[in-house]
Amino acid sequence: MNTWTIFKRELTSYFTQLTAYAVIVIFGLLSVGLAFTFGSFWRYEDASLSYSFFWWHPLLLMILAPAVTMRLWSDEHRTGTIELLGTMPVSMGSAILGKFFASAFVWLLALALTFPIVVSVNWLGDPDNWTIFSGYLGSFIVCCTFLAISSLVSAFTRDQVVALIVSVAICFILTFCGIDPVINEVRRSGSAETVNLLSTLGVYSHFLDATRGLIRLPSLIYFIGLISVCLVGTNLVLKSQRA
Amino acid sequence: MIEVKGLRKQFGQKVAVDNLSFSVQKGEVLGFLGPNGAGKSTTMRMVTGFLPVTAGEIEICGISMIGSPTEAKRKIGYLPESAPLYNDMTVQGFLKFCASMQGLKGTARATAVDEAIETCFLESVASQSIDTLSKGYRHRTCLAQSLLHNPEVLVLDEPTDGLDPNQKFEVRKLIKRLGKDRAILFSTHILEEVSAACTRAVIVDQGSIVADGTPDELEKQGGGSLSELFRKVTSQESPAA
Repeated sequence: MNTWTIFKRELTSYFTQLTAYAVIVIFGLLSVGLAFTFGSFWRYEDASLSYSFFWWHPLLLMILAPAVTMRLWSDEHRTGTIELLGTMPVSMGSAILGKFFASAFVWLLALALTFPIVVSVNWLGDPDNWTIFSGYLGSFIVCCTFLAISSLVSAFTRDQVVALIVSVAICFILTFCGIDPVINEVRRSGSAETVNLLSTLGVYSHFLDATRGLIRLPSLIYFIGLISVCLVGTNLVLKSQRA
Repeated sequence: MIEVKGLRKQFGQKVAVDNLSFSVQKGEVLGFLGPNGAGKSTTMRMVTGFLPVTAGEIEICGISMIGSPTEAKRKIGYLPESAPLYNDMTVQGFLKFCASMQGLKGTARATAVDEAIETCFLESVASQSIDTLSKGYRHRTCLAQSLLHNPEVLVLDEPTDGLDPNQKFEVRKLIKRLGKDRAILFSTHILEEVSAACTRAVIVDQGSIVADGTPDELEKQGGGSLSELFRKVTSQESPAA
């Protein structure tokens, strides 16, 4: 009940502060724009959208997702509204979930509004729509992971800019440690274990499977585990700050 | 209705509140006096369940704040010191949100919001965005949220801070009126407020109670002046928050 109330308040706030519109428009333009330019959509005739469209998503999300959630807790600390929330008959866990679900919903909308590219590939060819759906699912779960990381970081500080910079840095590391050029470089000089570790820790190997239509259990455990750890961590940080 | 026994709060090595005990009954308005940094806000934050206690017991209407915080919090209306609000909301939207958080729904919620708006004289700004409000209206909006669920206990941290003389007068009158059928704990460092709104007062210094009594008793202890007593029993500098 209280999770739902906080979800509605946060969602309304994203739209009154224009954050949601900025995210939807910028993500839509950049993701579709990159598919048709650097993504070489026409050259590869990539009907599954795996490489031309979805491949860019973690790169965009590692910056844009923390931009949405950087204020999640830092703003509550800065304005003192955390004191109101903390004295209402509501558990901090439901407040964390309400805020997290609201930011995830904004991103669900942003992803859904890139539908013209799906309509285009269906019009131009005969794509496997399950693979496309699986790609979207992969993008959304990567996005949720970055949002949860950013939620945890913003619980530490009342400064939104610090929250943004640290969150982007963590998401950058998680994105780039599993990307092909980095893996190839490490493979040349490092051990096989290091390569395995990096590709397991990075989001790309898990994400690319999803864009190919493979939803694997280890990948689901990786993402859901990371999200859960970050949200539980947010709760612990908020509690410890009051101790 | 508020029972506090042996309350202690320590931040690292620093003791902010030390072995504090007091009670507030129904129909009583307890003024919590003390210099800046005496531990008033820390005590209120513990009484309202925002800060965990280091040691001691807090009971709100017989419910332990430490054992059953959610149930105890339902009984309390709280106005924090800085009157924090969500600036992107309208006054009415904010009050609706707070009422929902207190578990009110439908007609009960609409009635509670209307009554709080009327009680705190917010009709003229009800549909205005909070970030455009003056300090007085911000304070009253935060006070309104504390009244929404008709709580049996009110904890008000410096409710008249930053208000103009007319607004201060109105808020004191409101506290006195609300105190008739509730237990009110309110902090202030303005001594005139004690005789204007309180039925009893305690003076806190460096986390401990140093004087306790009705406004008349305290004045007598100070030789006819409350400020004289205040100066006598409190230190000039207090390090606690």
